[in-house]
Formats: sequence, structure tokens, C-alpha cells
Amino acid sequence: MRRDIFQAIADPTRRAIIILIASQAMTPNAIADNFHTTRQSVSKHLRILTECELVKQKQEGREIYYSLEVEKMKEIDKWIEQFRKIWETRFNQLDTVLATIKKQKK
Amino acid sequence: MSNNLLFDFTVDKASKTVHIKREFNAELSLVWDAFTKAELIDQWIAPKPMIAKTKYQDFKVGGKRFYAMVSPEGQERWAIQEYTSITPKTNFKMHNAFADAAENPELPGSEWDHNFSEENGTTIVNITIYNESLERLERILDGFTQGMKMSLANLEDLLATLSKK
Repeated sequence: MRRDIFQAIADPTRRAIIILIASQAMTPNAIADNFHTTRQSVSKHLRILTECELVKQKQEGREIYYSLEVEKMKEIDKWIEQFRKIWETRFNQLDTVLATIKKQKK
Repeated sequence: MSNNLLFDFTVDKASKTVHIKREFNAELSLVWDAFTKAELIDQWIAPKPMIAKTKYQDFKVGGKRFYAMVSPEGQERWAIQEYTSITPKTNFKMHNAFADAAENPELPGSEWDHNFSEENGTTIVNITIYNESLERLERILDGFTQGMKMSLANLEDLLATLSKK
């Protein structure tokens, strides 16, 4: 099942998890310690984030560590930046239209 | 950018809302016209090399603008805007949805809210776009980036030709 990446980061707990593991890989228990929620609930969020390829797992001994897929996060920023550029282009075109009309009025 | 006009662009993924704020070096009534009169909208709304063409517009509450974004290859992407609220020279709201050439909408669409204010001869426009699905935004972008990539490719060709001389 292909998940909507934006749906993944629309949830506040998942955003908090992303921020937590951005600096260091963490086990699900260590992550759950930061939330007033059940370990099951955190596991569910981690599963969704994994399905969206926003986090990756690494087995170390008996523990599984979760860390952030930084490249995937960059994709989101890139996407927003492109969208911003479209509007920038549009508005620059509008500036030209406005300037032309102002000149004609004089 | 060649100007110092204020431009804010933020995407709030949690509320699926895009906020856009832009300053224009023109009086409010002119900027209002540029956002509400089809013959002016068509002159700027499509990022080059795309062009916009409005088939018809009826700027009143319940009225519509039926238009297409046309790619350099002539591919048409139709959409319908339905005006849901109009306060002249202050605010207008609309619902925007993709459509086919026969004017059948593809739902869900997005809700647009435009606010206009003037200060010392410059006009500030605040736009809020709410999308039920951010995936839909992604589709909009896909269409545009194709067009933009084309123009970049054209530019590269041009530069390559010029540098050979």
C-alpha cells in the first residue's frame, strides 16, 4: 500500500517522533518514554513512518533502532520549494502586468 | 528577485493549508482587478511557458470561471472556479476543482480565500488555500514542473547555441 507522505507528517505525534529521531537513532521504548501514550500507539506511528520510508530500522543486538531518512525529508522541502517558485514566477509576471497598466493610465 | 516586495509562502501540512502573502506596487483597485478579471488573470496566472485561457467568467457569488492551463505542447488542463463569497475590493472566496474539457469537475477541490488591503499606495494580498488532499497539490505541481523543465531545457539549448558562437 502506498501511503501519502503528507498524511504521515500531518499527525502531531509523528512529527514529534521525527524531531526526536532526527539527531540520533532510538529504540521504540526510548521514543515511547517521551510521550504520554502507549508503547503500542508509538509502534503504530513508527510503522506508518516506516511504510512512508521516512524512517529506517537497524537491528543492533536485541534492539531495533529507528532513525530518520533525511533524504526523504529533503524531498518534502524540495517539493514545497518548487511550489513556492511557481507562485514567485506568477507574482513576478503580475508585477509586470500591473506596471504596464499603470503606464497606460498615465 | 529584482524587487523588494514582501513575499511569504508557508505550507502548513497539519492543517493542509497553504498561506501566501504578497505585496504589490500598485493601488488596491488595480490589484483587485488583476485577481478578479479574467482578461487580466490570464496574463499572469500561468507560470511561463504555460499559458492560461479563460473560456468564460461570471464574477458573482455562484458564478464561475472555466479556464485551462495550456502547456507549450498544447496540452490543456481544465479547471473550474466557483465564487462562493465576494466583498468588493476586500475579499473573495472560491472553490477550485480540476475538470475535463466538458466542464465535469474532479472532486475534491480546494478552497481559496483572498484578502486585499492597501497601505501607502502598496497593496497586500493574503491568500489561503485549503486542500482536502495534499496529494492533489502534488498533482498540480507535477503539471507545472513539466512545463518549467521544458523552458529550462529550452534555455539550456539557447545558452549552448550562444556559447558555440
